[in-house]
Amino acid sequence: MTTLTTRIAFGALAGVWATGALTSTPAQAQWKPTRPVEFIIPAGTGGGADQMARTIQGIVSKHKLMNTPLVVINKAGGAGGEGFLDVKNSRNNPHKIIITLSNLFTTPLATGIPFNWKDLTPVAMLALDEFVLWVNAETPYKSVKDYIDAVKKVPPGQFKMGGTGSRQEDQIITVAIEKSAKVKFTYIPFRGGGEVAVQLVGNHVNSTVNNPIEGVAQWRGNKVRPLCVFDGKTLSYKETIVDKMSWSSIPTCMSQGLDMEYLMLRGIFMPPGAKPDQVNFYVELFKKVRETPEWKKFMTDGAFNQTFMSGAEYAKWVAKEEQRHRELMTEAGFLAKK
Amino acid sequence: MEEVANLMHGFATVLEPFNIGVMIVGILLGVIIGVLPGLGGANGVAILLPLTFSMSPTSAIIMLSCIYWGALFGGAITSVLFNIPGEPWSVATTFDGHPMAQNGRAGEALTAAFTSSFVGALFAVIVITLVAPLVARFALQFGAAEKFGVYFLAFCSFVGLSKEPPAKTVVSMMIGFALAAVGLDHMTGQLRLTFGFTELLAGFDFLIAVIGLFGIGEILLTMEEGLQFRGKRATINPRVVFQTWLELPRYWATSIRSCIIGCWMGITPAGATPASFMSYGIAKRMSPRGKNFGKGEIEGVVAPETAAHAAGTSALLPMLSLGVPGSPTAAVLLGGLLIWGLQPGPLLFVEQKEFVWGLIASMYLGNIVGLILVLTCVPLLAAMLRIPFPVIAPIILVLCAIGAYTVHNNPLDVVMIMVFGVLGYVLKKCDYPLAPLVLALVLGDKAEEAFRQALLGSQGSLAVFWSNGLVGSIMLLGLIALFWPIIQNSVARLRPRPAV
Amino acid sequence: MSDESHLTESGPSQRIVETAVALLTLAFGLLVLLGSLQVGIDWGVEGPKPGFFPFYISLFIIVASLYNLMQAMTLGGIKEGLFSSWEQLRRVMSVVVPATAYVALVPLLGIYVSSMLLIGVFMTWLGRYSLVKTLPIAVGVPVLAYIIFERYFQIPLPKGPIEYWLDL
Repeated sequence: MTTLTTRIAFGALAGVWATGALTSTPAQAQWKPTRPVEFIIPAGTGGGADQMARTIQGIVSKHKLMNTPLVVINKAGGAGGEGFLDVKNSRNNPHKIIITLSNLFTTPLATGIPFNWKDLTPVAMLALDEFVLWVNAETPYKSVKDYIDAVKKVPPGQFKMGGTGSRQEDQIITVAIEKSAKVKFTYIPFRGGGEVAVQLVGNHVNSTVNNPIEGVAQWRGNKVRPLCVFDGKTLSYKETIVDKMSWSSIPTCMSQGLDMEYLMLRGIFMPPGAKPDQVNFYVELFKKVRETPEWKKFMTDGAFNQTFMSGAEYAKWVAKEEQRHRELMTEAGFLAKK
Repeated sequence: MEEVANLMHGFATVLEPFNIGVMIVGILLGVIIGVLPGLGGANGVAILLPLTFSMSPTSAIIMLSCIYWGALFGGAITSVLFNIPGEPWSVATTFDGHPMAQNGRAGEALTAAFTSSFVGALFAVIVITLVAPLVARFALQFGAAEKFGVYFLAFCSFVGLSKEPPAKTVVSMMIGFALAAVGLDHMTGQLRLTFGFTELLAGFDFLIAVIGLFGIGEILLTMEEGLQFRGKRATINPRVVFQTWLELPRYWATSIRSCIIGCWMGITPAGATPASFMSYGIAKRMSPRGKNFGKGEIEGVVAPETAAHAAGTSALLPMLSLGVPGSPTAAVLLGGLLIWGLQPGPLLFVEQKEFVWGLIASMYLGNIVGLILVLTCVPLLAAMLRIPFPVIAPIILVLCAIGAYTVHNNPLDVVMIMVFGVLGYVLKKCDYPLAPLVLALVLGDKAEEAFRQALLGSQGSLAVFWSNGLVGSIMLLGLIALFWPIIQNSVARLRPRPAV
Repeated sequence: MSDESHLTESGPSQRIVETAVALLTLAFGLLVLLGSLQVGIDWGVEGPKPGFFPFYISLFIIVASLYNLMQAMTLGGIKEGLFSSWEQLRRVMSVVVPATAYVALVPLLGIYVSSMLLIGVFMTWLGRYSLVKTLPIAVGVPVLAYIIFERYFQIPLPKGPIEYWLDL
């Protein structure tokens, strides 16, 4: 019976875990999931991370990249803290992975929940999400300078910046703009990027720092205008979006005098105690996902920065980003008390 | 009329055999999802989203939107039969739907619920067909202050309705607000009222509270009375559907009012939940039979169901035309659109005509197919009440536990439903109304958020809630609704009383 | 409900239960008050602090609870007589006890095994059904749930040692 063989295989694996010291022995066949794999999203349904995870789920099942199902579960509570703690408490469970966004750093710092990314096993960076400074297309601001000059003319706090969540990436960027341009916005947090975009179109806020995918629809409809992108270099996507403008024609914010670079991690982690061959299985899985046409289309639609990393390089990047978030959030006074 | 031609073209797309098959499968899946508590429309659509990858975008959206209609229909079933609302907007349906079932009128209640859903959805689809661009512009007017106005109106039209002592109503509602506040404060990104327990991070989900307070509380009350221990004698009458239909046109005023409330709430987008509560509250005030509401009045089923489904349907409009979802399910559908390579927004109606009109055509047909499917099940569903209590009670408990778990995948929630269950039993026996608690729990944090967003925007000035005609009139409506009983009394006193 | 209770029956009085409930809500109000004070109740740079609204909510709860408490103690506006008879409470407890045991067992045994036990106990003990009638339902419902949730909708439900052993 199949159950018997799988049970033996399971037992063998358990034995490997128990001894612990054994790393991947060459004799052992490459690890494969034996049960459905839970794919945790530390964010609500419909958001950016959710879209990416469900795209991956669709790609994996369509191209049969895994022999067991990939099951997506949203654990959005406490700005994603619920999802992180769940994975942290699933030590040695190789059938669980989590997709992260910047809340990997911001949530523990802002709320003080007992969690750090080091509690997890890094797997791979899938992509980086860009941020763009948007204004309403009806306003006369054609460049960052126009806009900042206008903000400077009125009393501080008169201009409203809409963003997703509080003490998260959007507000961190807002604080950095304020510091760099020596201006003051009133930051208004909303639940999601879609809502933020509509607040901008409806003139209820003056500007936003939405991700490309959250703003592109309104841009194509000529309702909003991008002023600059918070990346080190201009984007590589040259397809025309509207009026001969493409993603690549948006200048970087650095070149416009706003001293801020920010990219958001879209990466995968596993519970603590994962073995190298288990991590390797998922790294290979995501490499295959990245090769599919569906993934490439998803990347183009959202104008993602397609950097891929795994292993030590990835861990190093995450460590550096955590340090940077700590500094940025300390400066802005966003850390949890105590 | 260009719209009509487009719509006809859309019907042609939808009527392909494959798409009709997809539609029926979608509705059936949706009804199952709606019936299972905890597994709501948003979850259901999200779970099945990846299945649609291999379809064309039009077939995929037909499938998913039909799951949505199915879930909307299905949500009413458990509300009426077992007092367990599977979705926030089904709560108001329990108020009169369940008493009707207890009086042996489950068939009527279900027929009224399904038919009203259909009427509400149909009205909303017609609105979408005819005035889509206009309506989209109206939705843009809604900033934080206007949104708070809407929540305020929802509360005002609902409170003051209960017969229970006012102090108990206050306690009940405030407990709801307090529970809604537990967890992350979205406005400052800080935790509150968690007292260091990471289990409380996610706060109290409305569904957990409702499954316990309403569903399990009801089982306990039934046990205490010991009456229905051997099952209810619900007569299975296949003609109940037609008999109820003859009665329904009498409530045309409530229907129309509820349709308008629903469309408004769906488009703004405040959502189906405030729509259903608001509609129930206003119907109770306006109806000549208002005093009987809560005891099994068919109008009390018509009002919330019509409004909820008009809202649920019209919520798709801002999603398509603005890219802002009017409901959690619409948010998931939005993600689906992006995955299929369609960009919702101002240009979708121009660039993806076939898709948009195919979707709108599928709304018409999907609702008709759905109505026929669920109505044929009415006698069967009503017969479920005949299952003896010792058999059905543990099954309900199991479904409640599964439902509670699927909300957050948190085993603690399963324990919480028992706590809420006992609480619901005791509170109900002590004349504490449960509806205000639930209403506050569902809308509390959203109302607080909108209030604080508005105040941030106005830099702390309360005048923002009277700053323009739109928000001013919504707030005024709210105040009128709040003081309606007093207004009514004084008007009655001024007028010479006609001889009875 | 309450007028059903006969004079001969005994049980906790409405007054005692109402008093207890009022004390309970009072305690809850105080807890919310404490929680809101911990996170700050004044107006900060980002508008009202997180505890601003909970603070006023807690005041409402406390004041209304005190009023209810007074009413309960003085019997003002409260139904006299019994909350329910001991016999009625016994029937209620016959659901509460197995159901509580059930929810407590779910994290340990998983939802499937616990559900089988719950349905089994309910039907045989409360409903006095024979084992022949009980078993198909007790086993069938969880199996159906497994097929619908895990297989079809791919939603993992809590599992216990038996499921892991079977590698489901």
